[in-house]
Amino acid sequence: MFVTLLTVFVLASFVGFEVISKVPATLHTPLMSGSNAISGITVVGALAVAGMVDSPWARWLGFLALVLATVNVVGGYLVTDRMLRMFRAREPARPGSSGER
Amino acid sequence: MTTAVNLAYLVASVLFILGMKRLSSPSTARAGNRLSAVGMLVAVAATLLKGGILAPWAIVAGVALGGAIGALLATRVQMTAMPEMVAALNGFGGGASALVAVAEVVRYLDAQDEGLAGAAFARHGLEPLGLVTVVTVLLSVLIGAVTFSGSFVAFGKLNGRISGKPLAFPGIRTLTVFLAVASLAAAAYPLAALGDSRFDAGPLWLAVCVLAALALALGVLLVLPIGGADMPVVVSLLNSYSGLAAASTGFVLGNYALIVTGALVGASGIILTRIMCEAMNRSLVHVLLGGFGGGGAGVAVAAGDAAGRTVRETTVEDAAVLLGYADRVVIVPGYGLAVAQAQHAVRELGDLLQARGAAVSYAIHPVAGRMPGHMNVLLAEANVPYDHLHEMEEINDQFERTDVALVIGANDVVNPAARSDPSSPIYGMPVLNVDQARNVIVMKRSMASGYAGVENELFHLPNNQMLFGDARRSLERLVSEVKGL
Repeated sequence: MFVTLLTVFVLASFVGFEVISKVPATLHTPLMSGSNAISGITVVGALAVAGMVDSPWARWLGFLALVLATVNVVGGYLVTDRMLRMFRAREPARPGSSGER
Repeated sequence: MTTAVNLAYLVASVLFILGMKRLSSPSTARAGNRLSAVGMLVAVAATLLKGGILAPWAIVAGVALGGAIGALLATRVQMTAMPEMVAALNGFGGGASALVAVAEVVRYLDAQDEGLAGAAFARHGLEPLGLVTVVTVLLSVLIGAVTFSGSFVAFGKLNGRISGKPLAFPGIRTLTVFLAVASLAAAAYPLAALGDSRFDAGPLWLAVCVLAALALALGVLLVLPIGGADMPVVVSLLNSYSGLAAASTGFVLGNYALIVTGALVGASGIILTRIMCEAMNRSLVHVLLGGFGGGGAGVAVAAGDAAGRTVRETTVEDAAVLLGYADRVVIVPGYGLAVAQAQHAVRELGDLLQARGAAVSYAIHPVAGRMPGHMNVLLAEANVPYDHLHEMEEINDQFERTDVALVIGANDVVNPAARSDPSSPIYGMPVLNVDQARNVIVMKRSMASGYAGVENELFHLPNNQMLFGDARRSLERLVSEVKGL
């Protein structure tokens, strides 16, 4: 089991390096906030763990983890979208016409 | 059932990877982000459908609370405050991973309380407590807790609640090393106990509690001595840690979704960390040890050195004439632009000069600002088209043909001493060659030296002029002056 998990981890790391080294510098901030949102995948773990316990202690821990991870997911995706919405290519109007819009 | 859930996790992982692939261009990036969000939805839905999970009211309450906080943060945060936001999100991610691992240990304790450990474990779907579980639980707690406290210290430094200067006290290094060794000892305890009674979760629980406390302190001590301008490295590194924390929690739970995404995020953080270190010509170790900004001696020498030399000061009127009749203008933004919230004012000036027929471009140093890509986001907010922004290697040979280089709140990244003076502390750091432009206008609040505490050679060159004052006010005045030409 452990070896399978490790294999998945190592191969995924290689995929990550390949894909992310192609992200241009101009998008590095959205890359960070976006990958932050993805690391909120812990929400899955929080759901799984907290659901399987009877002790109130563990349930509260799971609940807290669920809240933190959801902040991460929702906040991360929304803020990334807000940033990416702002990135625009050059507008068609070239100098010669009036530069103001 | 488990197969179906794992297949759903596979779909989610593929969507995450495709989403990141689309980040390779600003035009497809937004769709990529949505794709990745769909992946998250798939993963969460699959986990919920697996059944037997957290009381429904608790799920609804937890998601509603976390979602509300997240949405509030994401819509309220100013673009200039994005580094803080990312630091805080890193912290939440690390904290969540550590908590999940701790909760897993509590499950073992519970099962044990029911008596016959082996049978009880099986009933709760737990593997017998083995070496792998123990090691990965400890790793999750360690990395998660360090990420949590370190990120919130970084958050405080970035929004000014904690001084941006490297903070240290005598013996901080010794204390850090001591805590690190103590953490190792705490981690070794349950490993040693593992051989005696294979099913006893007691030692593990004790170790997790001690380790969590030590790791929280360690996170604070690791980030405190690091100065403001080194924050791009720290934020990237913490980003990578939050991924690794998720991955190690994935090992604890045997969950593929956590492992794959943790690896992706970990890789992303490491790549960014490396880029930031290369852009400063410093090793990661050097940054983490907080080498710059604290040395009184270096500053004193630099100040004495500067005493005999002159700096030419200019006025808004003269600068407006210079800019108004230039053919090629390159604007070099730095952290000062963010502090002064001057991104809209600079766009207005850029547009105005362009309307007058000048070619205007922006030169972005990789470590300008407080996190990777900080300047790009600010200028995008002000509606500067991203193809007007140029990376350092792309634009450096164009400065020779530039009439005016306008430096706004940047310092060390335009210091020519990094190229020419082997005795300079920043020698070897790649810099923007603004000194090769025909004219340089540096907008700055005062003559204070930059983060590295190094006197800037640029300010004393004959083709350089200083325009003192708040960047935003100066830019607004420049705009009205240029309009009047």
